[in-house]
Amino acid sequence: MKQKVKATVVSQKELVKGIFDLWIKTDLAKEAHCGQFIGVYTKDSSKLLPRPISICEVSDDFDALRLVYRVTAENSGTDLISKLNAGDEVEIIGILGNGYIFTDIFGESLEKSMDSNVVLLGGGIGIPPMLQAAKELSAHGIKPTVIVGYRDSNMFLNQDLTRYGTLLIASEDGSVGTKGNVMNVVDKLDKKPDIIMACGPMPMLRAIKNYAEAECEKGHEVSAFISLEERMACGVGACLGCVAKTKNVDEHSHVNNTRICTDGPVFDAKEVEI
Amino acid sequence: MSNQENVLNKDILNTEVTIAGVTFKNPVMTASGTFGSGMEYADFVDLNRLGAVVTKGVANVPWPGNPTPRVAETYGGMLNAIGLQNPGIDVFCKRDIPFLKKFDTKIIVNVCGKSVEDYLEVVDRLADEPVDMLEINVSCPNVKEGAIAFGQNEDALSNITKEIKAHAKQPVIMKLSPNVTDITKMAKAAEAAGADAISLINTITGMKIDINRRTFALANKTGGLSGPAIKPVAVRMVYQCAQAVNIPIIGMGGIATAEDALEFIMAGATAVSVGAMNFVNPYTTIEVADGIEKFMIDKGVKDIKELIGCVK
Ligand SMILES: Cc1cc2nc3c(=O)[nH]c(=O)nc-3n(C[C@H](O)[C@H](O)[C@H](O)COP(=O)(O)OP(=O)(O)OC[C@H]3O[C@@H](n4cnc5c(N)ncnc54)[C@H](O)[C@@H]3O)c2cc1C
Ligand SMILES: Cc1cc2nc3c(=O)[nH]c(=O)nc-3n(C[C@H](O)[C@H](O)[C@H](O)COP(=O)(O)O)c2cc1C
Ligand code: FES
Repeated sequence: MKQKVKATVVSQKELVKGIFDLWIKTDLAKEAHCGQFIGVYTKDSSKLLPRPISICEVSDDFDALRLVYRVTAENSGTDLISKLNAGDEVEIIGILGNGYIFTDIFGESLEKSMDSNVVLLGGGIGIPPMLQAAKELSAHGIKPTVIVGYRDSNMFLNQDLTRYGTLLIASEDGSVGTKGNVMNVVDKLDKKPDIIMACGPMPMLRAIKNYAEAECEKGHEVSAFISLEERMACGVGACLGCVAKTKNVDEHSHVNNTRICTDGPVFDAKEVEI
Repeated sequence: MSNQENVLNKDILNTEVTIAGVTFKNPVMTASGTFGSGMEYADFVDLNRLGAVVTKGVANVPWPGNPTPRVAETYGGMLNAIGLQNPGIDVFCKRDIPFLKKFDTKIIVNVCGKSVEDYLEVVDRLADEPVDMLEINVSCPNVKEGAIAFGQNEDALSNITKEIKAHAKQPVIMKLSPNVTDITKMAKAAEAAGADAISLINTITGMKIDINRRTFALANKTGGLSGPAIKPVAVRMVYQCAQAVNIPIIGMGGIATAEDALEFIMAGATAVSVGAMNFVNPYTTIEVADGIEKFMIDKGVKDIKELIGCVK
């Protein structure tokens, strides 16, 4: 059940300049899955709306959530959140959205998918949700290839990701790993992906959608599940602020629009027009 | 108060209000477009506790709404330009009304359209549905045709009100726009044309520029401002209308607390709606209803009607 609750900050540290790693204690963690998100409120009442932040990791005891986020600007909501210290209270709403739903992605029998090549793609601040995805996959005995794309050598979460998958790195300036973006790494893979789960900037998601379609045309079936981002108000499907265009008429809206906050943020790339 | 008998308790408080023959268990409603059809907030709010659920605007056919971004946060408020996306009246009757009927609350359906005929089609379609009232949105600032055009001109407002009254089986609330020079003229025009009640305010047209992208924050360029930032404007307009007309008023605009709601009630609103604050605190409606009761107990007010329009 969705709730707005008070969580307690367990710890917070800056991973690299402007990227913060926040652990909060909350019972909502019991219901959290990869690809879902929560809304984080600030104490500044002039900033009304909750900030949508993805679940980066659920603690092993299912009693805490990890959020890894970028501070967008001085005095922004994320800047205020970054000033929280251990023991502080923070209001959150969640758990929101549909994440990477394994039964949708793999079908009912996960075992049959054991030998499919599962590739996780995270670009920039889209990397954090890939950690929980890798963690849940590994709990099901699937070891994904995780490809992360950074701007430069300011990297975060690499060590955590290595625990659950094979890590490959791209950097735009070529300072680490493959020069370019995650798709440049995908192009070099020995075995093509069968299943892609991705989060990152829109150009990257478009490239993934195009890649999956092109591969399908060549006769190699690739399912790509991508996490979309949009400005949100309610986060619970009521305001219709956060829509994405859909290929077919949406079951809820009866137009070609779907609500990212409730029907997503993760969608089958085939079903959305981006 | 030492004497036990004089102490008010919840059981003898009267929080009921009546508008055009429809009695609401309390004056707290949801503002159209901020609460879906109740479904989306059912995890948070016991819908049985609300005076009424006012649903998202519905048209004769599905509307896709505006491009994104559709919402933007502003200081103490937010802009929206949803563009009245809705699934159309057929789906609404099949899905949303049956859902709401499961609860002991009143149903007010907000109606939108591009032409008078569009509105009438929806009103006719609702004639035999179990809904308690209709709220006619002639004040949405975010769609190009219809809607606000009817709410910014006395003759157009008068005309559409008459047409709808001639068709509607349920009492009709005309929802007024604050984007006018003198809102009392609109209130009087609606009253003279036969409206059973008025609701106000809809959002105030605003704009936000994204200085980093050097463009508008909303794809629609302009949007409707709502939330606590607009409350003083809304209270003023409710007060002015209460002085100008005799039909009941449903007041809204930035209500976050029971104290806010009481300002509207004392200014002359018979009922109040909670809008954008649902997004900020999904429990707002219940907290407002509880807070009004607490205020009545604390101040020895037995009947909420003692408070309606008590500030002249
Ligand atoms: C489903 C989802 C998951 C996300 N997960 C993460 C994450 O794990 N880590 C991370 O760093 N960021 C994430 N984001 C982006 C994050 O929500 C924004 O960076 C954040 O809201 C910015 O808030 P602010 O106060 O710093 O910015 P401001 O510009 O001050 O915010 C003003 C308003 O705009 C909204 N807003 C601004 N930028 C965005 C954006 N890019 N997307 C959506 N709303 C925005 C804010 O929520 C707020 O309502 C996610 C976004 C979505 C939609
Ligand atoms: C996201 C959003 C959608 C809205 N949609 C509608 C609508 O469909 N019909 C309508 O009459 N008013 C609509 N409104 C206006 C509200 O019902 C209300 O009049 C206004 O927001 C002021 O109240 P508030 O400050 O409490 O939000 C909408 C407001 C918001 C914020
Ligand atoms: S944010 Fe309100 S519907 Fe998605």
